[in-house]
Amino acid sequence: MENLKAIIESLLLVAATPLAVDRIQALLPEADSREIRAALQSLAAEYSQRNGGFVIREVAGGYQFRTQPQYREVIKRMLQPNPVRLSRAALETLAIIAYKQPIIRHEIEQIRGVDSGGILRMLLDRRLVRVLGRREMPGRPLIYATTKQFLELFDLKDLRDLPSPKEIEELGHPPLPTEAEGPS
Amino acid sequence: MSEDPYKVKLENVFEGPMDLLIHLIRKNEVDITDIPIALITRQYLEYLDWLKRMNIDFAGEFLLMAATLAHIKSLTLLPAHSPDGDEDPRLEITRPLLEYLQMKQAAEELARRQLLGEDTFVRPQNAAGHRPEPEAETIQVGLFELIDAFQRILENIAPDHRVDLSTERISIKERIGEIVDALEAKGSITFSELFVPESDKSDVIVTFLAVLEMVKLCLIRVTQHLPTGIIRLYYL
Repeated sequence: MENLKAIIESLLLVAATPLAVDRIQALLPEADSREIRAALQSLAAEYSQRNGGFVIREVAGGYQFRTQPQYREVIKRMLQPNPVRLSRAALETLAIIAYKQPIIRHEIEQIRGVDSGGILRMLLDRRLVRVLGRREMPGRPLIYATTKQFLELFDLKDLRDLPSPKEIEELGHPPLPTEAEGPS
Repeated sequence: MSEDPYKVKLENVFEGPMDLLIHLIRKNEVDITDIPIALITRQYLEYLDWLKRMNIDFAGEFLLMAATLAHIKSLTLLPAHSPDGDEDPRLEITRPLLEYLQMKQAAEELARRQLLGEDTFVRPQNAAGHRPEPEAETIQVGLFELIDAFQRILENIAPDHRVDLSTERISIKERIGEIVDALEAKGSITFSELFVPESDKSDVIVTFLAVLEMVKLCLIRVTQHLPTGIIRLYYL
């Protein structure tokens, strides 16, 4: 399809949320999804080569223009956004839900060892977590999972984009400083 | 208590028993897979004691962990019954600790990512051309309007579809999942879009119950457009 790249570029500029291939496909029935994917990838490569103020990022199952992190300070000076920082406890709860979903509150609390109701409510309010339904067991507890907004906030393509548990250990500092030669 | 309690800084008031245990393991520089259970249990109890003396309330979880530690300690004192190895009683605490540490590490990884609204930004979405906020011209729908709409849909079902006991039925939970998928894709759908003409009565009822359940769970907001009377479901 002629001009496909330019058309997709124009859609990306005005889209309110990350634009998925399916969505573009629905708008452009004459293009096939392979072409669309190729055009998106070539566009993304162009922007990253240009090394400008923004790039095309693949997030939450779609593509989106996002500013380069190195310009965050001046952007914040202009926008003065409310800080998005989540507390350590909130991040822990979110990590547990992200890795173990679908999960019920009791299972989250078993891992964290503390009541997590307040944090869960906050995560629900911020739409980082959603209720999937109820588990068919005594008490019919709510089942929780992460949302698209979670992927958008953390710049993740999809849930598989999260580092695997093994990678977490390799990426991070060793969890305890003395595992090698600690006196016990 | 063996150590000067005033060394404990404010940020060392732990959120939960797991954090306290990890702190003690780090402070004593011991291997998490080989916890000296007597030492850690003693220090753990000393810490609880200190909290009590400082009149700091601590949650019941701290006591539960104290009981678990004491139980493990008592087990380690008993001779092993079978020579080919009872499981190390400390695993009861080592396993959850390792899992918790892993999740803490995962949380740190998340925090290190390029956060939207913090490290990376997108175009602000208040520009012209976007749909106005749905509230502008809609009202919240009451239960009776929903039931009315439901009855109209029941009337539209072809009579030969009304009773068909042999068809496979889906559960309310499955239906919620399907509706969530549709809402994820589109953001909002109309009430009548949920029903296809060939659905039978049980499908319709399951769908209706699914909608009610979703409202109750605060998954969706249901609004009715005043001029057209169309009921629309919004994903929250």
